[in-house]
Amino acid sequence: MAPSAESSRRISGHFHLPLSRNGGSDHFALDVKLDLPGSGISGIFGASGCGKTTLLRCIAGLQRCDNGSLSVNGEVWQAPGNRRNTLPVHRRPLGFVFQQPSLFPHLSAGGNLEFARKRAREKVSVQEYRRVVELMGVGHLLAQYPAALSGGEQQRIAIARALLIKPRLLLMDEPLAALDQMRKREILPYLETLHRTLDIPILYVSHSVEEIARLADHLLLMENGRIVSSGPAPELLSRTDFPVQLGDDLGVVLEANIAERDSRWHLQRAQFDGGDLWLRDSGEALGESIRVRILARDISLTRDVNSESSILNRLPVRVQEIRADRDPAMVLVQLQLLHGDDSRRAAATSLIARITRRSQHQLALDTGSELWAQIKSVAIVR
Amino acid sequence: MLSDADLTAIWLTLRLATTVTLLLLILGTPLALWLAKTRSFFKGPVSAVVALPLVLPPTVLGFYLLVFMGPSGPMGRLTEALGLGTLPFTFWGLVIASLLYSLPFVVQPIQNAIEAQGGRPSEVAATLRAGPWDRFWHVTLPLAKPGILTASVLGFAHTVGEFGVVLMIGGNIPGETRVVSVQIYDHVEALEYTQAHWLSAAMIGFSFVVLLLLYLLQHRKAAAGMRYGT
Repeated sequence: MAPSAESSRRISGHFHLPLSRNGGSDHFALDVKLDLPGSGISGIFGASGCGKTTLLRCIAGLQRCDNGSLSVNGEVWQAPGNRRNTLPVHRRPLGFVFQQPSLFPHLSAGGNLEFARKRAREKVSVQEYRRVVELMGVGHLLAQYPAALSGGEQQRIAIARALLIKPRLLLMDEPLAALDQMRKREILPYLETLHRTLDIPILYVSHSVEEIARLADHLLLMENGRIVSSGPAPELLSRTDFPVQLGDDLGVVLEANIAERDSRWHLQRAQFDGGDLWLRDSGEALGESIRVRILARDISLTRDVNSESSILNRLPVRVQEIRADRDPAMVLVQLQLLHGDDSRRAAATSLIARITRRSQHQLALDTGSELWAQIKSVAIVR
Repeated sequence: MLSDADLTAIWLTLRLATTVTLLLLILGTPLALWLAKTRSFFKGPVSAVVALPLVLPPTVLGFYLLVFMGPSGPMGRLTEALGLGTLPFTFWGLVIASLLYSLPFVVQPIQNAIEAQGGRPSEVAATLRAGPWDRFWHVTLPLAKPGILTASVLGFAHTVGEFGVVLMIGGNIPGETRVVSVQIYDHVEALEYTQAHWLSAAMIGFSFVVLLLLYLLQHRKAAAGMRYGT
């Protein structure tokens, strides 16, 4: 049966990797069945030691996994059962960005890029080379040796190096984890540009909700070497029963458009499926699509519209579900938005509030209660 | 000052040490690479054999080599059958003995340098589409350069300094096996102390300069790393 065009644009396979050392409670270091879209950024998220990195290494072929299979957008990289059909790492058209920058110390930054360019899958033209260098903003660093570069600069060179191979799949293993907050902020915009300009699928491993919320289109949640959940990132991140405990990081991610600019108060109005939000004007163009994140702890609930408040954003909502939080003092309230451009689509959009159990009692909240959600802050993540 | 016989001995010593060092780099590097990367059971036994010359008296090594390469030894029979004669008391006999004797001084620094790299550079190179040979020539070897440099200097210096093995296997043939250390011994036996002084002082000067160069080179490397920091 010939694969349809639809099924060939996917990354699919399975890996069963037995736990070789100290057989713990689980029998597998990795026990996953993959089926990811063959474009965009797929985030692989989970706590440290859950097997995210091992999964990425199996996909790259750096970790040998005899009981596994993998095909990437129609190309078979590893066929089940037959070791001869497994491509060695250097024959796989992939780019890999490690957690530590891992530049070759004996080559200059430019030498590192040259190393990749010489071995690229197909010839890299001067324009393509320039474009990658420009995309990562490393033109002025090429003469330096890695030891003279900051961690962030090294990682940008490492990403440029991975891109010059002309990969069909880019694997990134916590590329920002080794960097401090400043450097992270410095690199994230480059990753976003990458996302928008390149037409290759990216698998992005991270344990940071912030990075995932900002970058991922699709999300894979891992726990103890298994995939516990997989789906579109904004949808998955907005679930109260998010399978991995996020604590203060729990929140929803909404896709929105800049609809209006208020230059007097330096604000801009972002329109999303469930209504409008006023945000601080950070210079986005009108009509630009953005992604905003509203943390559960930044939402408070009121019975009245309560217009005499410093809170800018107030949305009418209905309680959909109330769940217990891991903290016995708190509950998680899933809220359905009541007004929007299109009430049917608005119904599909929800918010999550994390409030105290006492407030729930005082407000007599129950499924179906209608009230107002006051949003203390909205962060633009893209 | 130095007599013609002394100069002959010096020239022979340099020739021997150069030959041995080059051969050891060619043979020792793959061995060091294997020792650094393998998880085989044989790693232990092979490491022990490589290190053996460090602890054995040179006379023991020389004695067994003499028997092994002599007319009734397995290698002696082979070389005779090939029409090469026997190796003891020849230059090439000395080369073979020195190869074994200086082996640990070359293998260990290279092995350490490769082990210190860890697997990462090679993995990175593999993800950049470099095959096994490509990785060896363009990543592993260049990164091991300081270790290879140390290995060359130590291998060379150690071969220059050997005496016991030479006496056992090479004897004392001018221009063929009479190296500087043996020449000094001869001078002392003949009570030619002035001659012995000149040669000995030359050896001290030579060894000092070689080691000094090595340390200066390593120091500069470390300082370069420190100047930039990360």
